[in-house]
This record gives sequence, structure tokens and C-alpha cells, in this order.
Amino acid sequence: MANDPIHQFHINKIIPIEVGGLDLSFTNASLFMVATVAVTALFLIMSTSGRGLVPTRWQSMAEMSYEFVASTLRSSAGNEGMRFFPFVFSLFMFVLIANLIGMFPYFFTVTSQIIVTFALAMLVIGTVIVYGFAKHGMKFLGLFVPHGVPGVLVPLVTMIEVISFLSRPISLSVRLFANMLAGHITLKVFAGFVISLAASESLGLFGPVTSVLPLIMTVALTGLEFLVAFLQAYVFTVLTCMYLNDALHPSH
Amino acid sequence: MVSPRDPGQEEGKAGPPDAGLSKRMEQLSRSLDAKRQTDERNASSGRRRESDARGFALAMRLSTEFVAGVLVGGGIGWLFDAGLGTSPWGLIVFLLLGFVAGVLNVLRSAGKLADPLDRERGG
Repeated sequence: MANDPIHQFHINKIIPIEVGGLDLSFTNASLFMVATVAVTALFLIMSTSGRGLVPTRWQSMAEMSYEFVASTLRSSAGNEGMRFFPFVFSLFMFVLIANLIGMFPYFFTVTSQIIVTFALAMLVIGTVIVYGFAKHGMKFLGLFVPHGVPGVLVPLVTMIEVISFLSRPISLSVRLFANMLAGHITLKVFAGFVISLAASESLGLFGPVTSVLPLIMTVALTGLEFLVAFLQAYVFTVLTCMYLNDALHPSH
Repeated sequence: MVSPRDPGQEEGKAGPPDAGLSKRMEQLSRSLDAKRQTDERNASSGRRRESDARGFALAMRLSTEFVAGVLVGGGIGWLFDAGLGTSPWGLIVFLLLGFVAGVLNVLRSAGKLADPLDRERGG
């Protein structure tokens, strides 16, 4: 089983819980979600406890993540968007830390489960819809009717805009999930090549020598995966900000 | 950012230490405000600065944007057919609309098609 590249995504029950026929077991996915939240909280609490005017390394990391999210939110949703800052910052930290925790060998990657990323995406879109209707009422539906469109085309264009809007949570969740899943499978496959080449007896001395090639690839892919882990968290945050901007100013 | 004070006062040695500190804090917050404003101006005028990270992020976005449009269009069409028994017309029509929505998504995220909102703002 050790060589099965999909094996790492299996969900195992740690504490089986059943409530009224519903399976609410505490699984390894739940464990790593709790771990993600714990690591995030610990990092932010510990690093900001000193509150020095001259920041320590940890404090400046926390400040950098704050500044990063704040400037992203400000540039795409304006200053009013800052009311969503706690939400966006939590999302960013959760996705980033979950991705980074997944980079440890033998650890479970929470964001490689589509239901997790879909739940995060629905949280974003739900916020956009609820806030949009609460703030603008029926004017929020103006989002789907671009003005300056000839009357005959309005139903068609509205239809297309609605499909485009509905595709947002799908693309948001599928992107994060697919990138993490594909990256981890690729890593596992190349790491598996190292073992099978080095252990193969039919190749003689040739096997161990050529097994260096997939090893180099694995090292390079690990670096790439760290980049992807960060970029996906960034993309998720940027898109969240853009969608929140639509909820704040739905005037197109 | 540039203050006309002499450097002796900036060190906080001339006045009582509290006054020096609050003066420095005030100065700091003023220069931070100034920096934030210039940052905002830079962000709105020239978006090329962070092009490295953004370019990579954009590349990751484009493919899924298109696929998601098609998937949602197909899904709606399939549900439409299942509900009203108009198979296969709902699937055909909504799949085509999904393709259009996918292209719209891609053009929008590539910035080829400006949001009407941005155009009004004069961006």
C-alpha cells in the first residue's frame, strides 16, 4: 500500500461517533483541521504577545501576513471592504496553514478534499449573497443585468451572467482542491519511482544510478509545491476580495 | 515624511521623554498615512508592479474559470431536463450558455473585458 499515490487521501475514523444514523466521526481530516486552527492561533498569539516597537522575526511574520491581506483587500474592495477583514484573514490563514501542514511527510492535506474547499467557497459566496441582499435589497440583482445592453438581448445576457455567477464557487473550490491533489499525487509518484528503480533487480547497477533522476525531480517538485501552497492561498484570497467587492458595489 | 525639526529633538533628548515619544509616534503615524496614500495611488495607477505573483496566479485561474462555466451550464441543463422532461433540449441550450459563460469568465479574469464598474470609475 505504501506505493499507492492515492492512499494519502484516505479518510480514517479516529473516534467513531454516530448521532441518529449520521456519521459524525472524528476523522484524520477533522484532526488536521483542528491542528490547522491550533497552529494558526498559536502562531498569531505567540508572535504578537511581545508587541515590540521593533518586531522580532515572528512578530514581523505576523505583521507581514496582516499587511498582505489588508493591502489585497483594500486594493480590490476599497476601504469599506475592511469590514470583512477578519473573515478574509481567517480564510487566508486557514488555507495557507492547511496547505503548508500538508507538505509534511505523512501528514494529511485538508485542502485536497473537495468538500472542504467547497464549504469554504460556499461560505464566501453565501456571505456575498446575504450581505449583498441585506445592503442593497433588490438592487443587488442588478449585478446580473449589465446596462447598455439592447433590450432584446437582456434575457440572454442575464442568463449568461447568472451561470457565470454560479460558476464562481465551483471554480474557487475546484482550483484549490485540484492543485493540492495533483501536486501531492505527482510528488508521491516521483518518490515512488526512486524506490522502485533502486530496488529493481533486473536492472542491475543501472537501477540505483538512474534513481537519482526522479530524486532530483522530487526535490524540485517539493519546491514547486511550496510555491503552489502559497499561491493557491493567495488566489483564494484575491478572488474572495473580488467577490466581496461585488457585494459592496453591485452597480454593473 | 520630511520634518523641519532639528535632529536633537528627534532623539527625544531636548524635551521630557514622554513628549518626545508622543511626538515621534505622531510623526510615524503621519508618515504611515502618507505612505498608505501613495501605495493606494500606485495600486490604482500601475498594477504592473506585482506582476510576477499575479501572472502566476492568473495562469492558475484561467483554466478553471472556463471549465467551471461549462460544468455549471451543463449541470443546470441536466437538472432542467430532469425536472421538466424536455430532454435533450435543456442540456443542449444550457451547455452552450455555459460555454459562453466560461468564455466570459476567462475574458473577465484576463482583464480583456473590463467590468462596466471599472470603466465608470475611469480605471
